[in-house]
Amino acid sequence: MPNQYRGEVVSVRRAGSYFVLTLTAGAMAETARPGHFVALAIGGEESGLLLRRAFSIHGVQQRGVFGGTVDVVVSPHGAGTRWLAQRHRGDTVDIVGPLGRPFSLPRDPVSCALVGGGYGSAPLFMLAEQLRARGCRVDMVLGAANEDKLFGVLEAKRMASTVTITTDDGSAGVRGRVTDGLAKVMASHGTEVVYACGPMGMLAAVAQMATETGVYSQCAVEESMACGIGVCMTCVLPVIGDDGVTRMVRSCVDGPVFRGDTVRWADVGTVPPDTLGAPGVLGAPGGNR
Amino acid sequence: MTRAVIRDSLPKEQRSVAVVDMSANLAGLEMTSPILTASGCAAAGRELDQFFDITELGAVVTKSIMLEPRSGRPTPRMAETPSGMLNSIGLQGPGIASFVERDLVWLHQRGARTVVSIAGDSVEDYAKLAKILRMHEGVDAIEVNISCPNVADRGKVFACEANSASAVVQAVRRNTDSRIPIFAKLSPDVTDITSIAIACVRAGADGLSVINTLLGMVIDTDTMKPALAGVTGGLSGPAIRPVAVRCVWQIRQALPDVPILGMGGIRTGLDALQFILAGANAVSVGTVVFNDPTAPMRVHRELSEALASKGFRSLAEAVSYAHRSGDEIIVNEAEAPSDGDGADQDLDQM
Repeated sequence: MPNQYRGEVVSVRRAGSYFVLTLTAGAMAETARPGHFVALAIGGEESGLLLRRAFSIHGVQQRGVFGGTVDVVVSPHGAGTRWLAQRHRGDTVDIVGPLGRPFSLPRDPVSCALVGGGYGSAPLFMLAEQLRARGCRVDMVLGAANEDKLFGVLEAKRMASTVTITTDDGSAGVRGRVTDGLAKVMASHGTEVVYACGPMGMLAAVAQMATETGVYSQCAVEESMACGIGVCMTCVLPVIGDDGVTRMVRSCVDGPVFRGDTVRWADVGTVPPDTLGAPGVLGAPGGNR
Repeated sequence: MTRAVIRDSLPKEQRSVAVVDMSANLAGLEMTSPILTASGCAAAGRELDQFFDITELGAVVTKSIMLEPRSGRPTPRMAETPSGMLNSIGLQGPGIASFVERDLVWLHQRGARTVVSIAGDSVEDYAKLAKILRMHEGVDAIEVNISCPNVADRGKVFACEANSASAVVQAVRRNTDSRIPIFAKLSPDVTDITSIAIACVRAGADGLSVINTLLGMVIDTDTMKPALAGVTGGLSGPAIRPVAVRCVWQIRQALPDVPILGMGGIRTGLDALQFILAGANAVSVGTVVFNDPTAPMRVHRELSEALASKGFRSLAEAVSYAHRSGDEIIVNEAEAPSDGDGADQDLDQM
């Protein structure tokens, strides 16, 4: 169950193009599981930026000098994320979390491949730790546009049996896409479950590769959200339910982790005509909330 | 209009300890708090119930429900704007049958007062929705959403035209138990909101919800295309608050007795107080919930404190207070209360 917490910045450190914020988070640190996210308010109580920014939880410390803390990875590319990156120790940041459905963990010690695009890799290290604790094999594939945009290479090397790095420009690891690296990992290590987090295009490719080879996949999606708690209906995407019916589901409460074979990746950003309640099927289009 | 006698002669700390009666009444709907959620900003209450006790709200105003399931519009459905946001959700929802079975039953069992917001494509849709709701328990009031700004055909924004607004309100009123108040939700995107308000009241609306979002648009300068998949969207948040306060004020002037549920960018207790002073009998907190999920409780507390510090003993005394004319304010030190129980007020409600 999520709660709202007046967090305090414990530290801000740079990591390549990104910033890692450690925030006090109280009990949230104890209930957070890999794949959960937090929604951070921007700019204080009178801020003109009303919408919370969602970040997957990179790490937690349950008990320390500061009580429970959570780590998030921020890429400063807009006014809100720049504000977060400019916080200093002792500043207040309002946190809501833990939110969403986390990754589900296999019961048996299976072979897992964890794929991260850019700072989408943020939640994979907590996941790797828990998979290892269950005796699972963990191989990691990290990809980005260039070396600066990779996140967590050292952590990956500490945790995973193998680490494959790909960059679009070849500035680190192998030039190419994460799917190139993933194909080799899957072939060499008998991958049974693929976990992925990153941009939609990457997730679509990873999910497709897994599904085609009969491998189970779980993808944490990045959809823009306004509330993060399930009330605003902005972060929807077309997902096929157990009954075979496609619905526009909220990535904040029904996700962010989805089974890769249930998301209609090619149709993200649209309402497929066979979606429940799609325009033209039942009544006219349009209408506001 | 309000005539009031108020004194600010007591020390501030003494005035602020006074307990303010925060009960509110919307056309017979008795509530222990004047703070409601706003349609589309609280789903059907379940999510917010994780953050605070929703039975402490005046009422939960549910997201507008239609006859059939509706997928809504494609994404992006949202764009952040200065002190606000644009949304183009497109009334996504499960349809009335699923709503009454899952959401209404839950709200009723939970003990939350419930204002059910309904939306349709035609007058008949609204009539059918009202007929269905009539068969179910747990409906404390109906908000008739006639002002969705995003419909493909502007002609379908019933609240933009007095005759179509009346037709919808009449259809809902005819098919609703007379003990259940119905509120018409008005659009600010009209030349004269008071004429629409009057038409709705004549057609049988027991009260008015003021205001829905304003039609707006953002262009993404990277893609050089509209930021929303639906091109235009509804603007909400603190940015629209002055427009909303103006609408409440104008309607209160035109209709001194009609119950008004005010909304539009309420973030703090003082924001809510503006609406109350302008003539709202209760208020909805909407978009700000996205920023602060516990905002309705905070706004209640802040409003109560603000009323106490101004010497009001009840919320009802403050309703429409800004409309009093100069000679209606009598500040008389000689009549100052001696028992020190807060400022004395004498108020003839409109």
